[in-house]
Amino acid sequence: MTLHFNKESTYTHAIILGIFCLGFGVFLALTEWITHDSVLARAMEDRQNSLSQVMPAEIHDNNPVLDTLTIQDGEGRDITVYRARKAGLVTGVAYETFGSGYAGQMKYMIGVDANGYLLGVRVLSHKETPGLGDKIEIKKGDWILQFTGLSIGNPPIEKWKVKKDGGQFDQFTGATITPRGAVKAILNGLQFFDAHRAQLLEVN
Amino acid sequence: MATANYNRIIRDGLWDNNGVLVMLLGMCPTMAMTTSATNGLGMGLATAVVMAASNLMVAAFRNYITQEVRIPVYILIVAANVTFVDLTMNAWMHELYKVLGLFIPLIVSNCLPLARLESFASKEPVMPALMDGIFMGLGFTLALTLIGAIREITGSGTLFADASLLLGPAFTFMELRIMPADMGVLMMILPPGGFLVTGLVVVGKRLLDLRAGKSIQMAGAHSV
Repeated sequence: MTLHFNKESTYTHAIILGIFCLGFGVFLALTEWITHDSVLARAMEDRQNSLSQVMPAEIHDNNPVLDTLTIQDGEGRDITVYRARKAGLVTGVAYETFGSGYAGQMKYMIGVDANGYLLGVRVLSHKETPGLGDKIEIKKGDWILQFTGLSIGNPPIEKWKVKKDGGQFDQFTGATITPRGAVKAILNGLQFFDAHRAQLLEVN
Repeated sequence: MATANYNRIIRDGLWDNNGVLVMLLGMCPTMAMTTSATNGLGMGLATAVVMAASNLMVAAFRNYITQEVRIPVYILIVAANVTFVDLTMNAWMHELYKVLGLFIPLIVSNCLPLARLESFASKEPVMPALMDGIFMGLGFTLALTLIGAIREITGSGTLFADASLLLGPAFTFMELRIMPADMGVLMMILPPGGFLVTGLVVVGKRLLDLRAGKSIQMAGAHSV
């Protein structure tokens, strides 16, 4: 089954390539169209799951994924804030905060209640050394859980450091830079809350 | 070719002309995705699906694809299959997607599927091409799982950790701890470990072949 037109012609090649592009384009468009809603639903579930780790279900009766607000932080990044509300009042907020680790940027999600106390912290992404710096993950240890319930005055600001720097948080054996960056990222997150408290808690 | 030699295709794909261990193709995913046996297995299986589908399509269209435009068409077909697998897994096999999702787009950067399209699928009928895609893919899976297992045991002290996330809860029994994590050699799960272990496995495969009295096939001696 071969085609019997002139195979030498540039037009022929162009048409063949065009037909393939069109055909696979349609194939992918159909796939996208069929899977679109499911993919969005899964992304929503994932986001809800990750938010529920830093914002307990008891404090809200809304869907925080849909109740968002965008605020610029001190470094000019647009931060998306997810708000938990109960009976219309904002009871807590969750947002991403950043820190530098041993190997580049680390991204955290923190939940803060209306009084500025941490509801929870989780690392979202990092490139720290496996086996040393990755103890910041909940999967690898409960180090990250010690931040729950803390706030900017508890411990006092000068204690928001790893022990090696005179603070109160443990560093890891063989890895100080990672926890140092983590503590700083969380503190930055709390300071972001302080700086924008009125805007974050505003009922609209 | 009058009748396809399926035995030959299976032996070539799994061992004699293994994509990683003999042809030394697909080194990017081989290095990047073999930090554990489970990762290697997942990457290998996803690649096998894409290779089977791409080989099938190229063989089916082989009389319409002219020599001049074959490379863009092959890339188009591989990329379309990868995108299809990516979208459908994201939508309907989401738990698996969370484990494999990172690897799937990497399949486009793997030159093994492209090499098989060029040297096999474009010249053969549909059935042998499909078989070649499946068994070349499984050979790739075998090599990645083996390299991953060696790196995981020596680096983290576990074997098939998180296999139940990939294969389902029934496979929890596969998750073994061989030695305490503190005894692991960190280098093995970092990039240098990938080069070391891949090199050693390639040598090991050739030593086995030598012992079996076979002549050694050099990388690249077999087309592409």
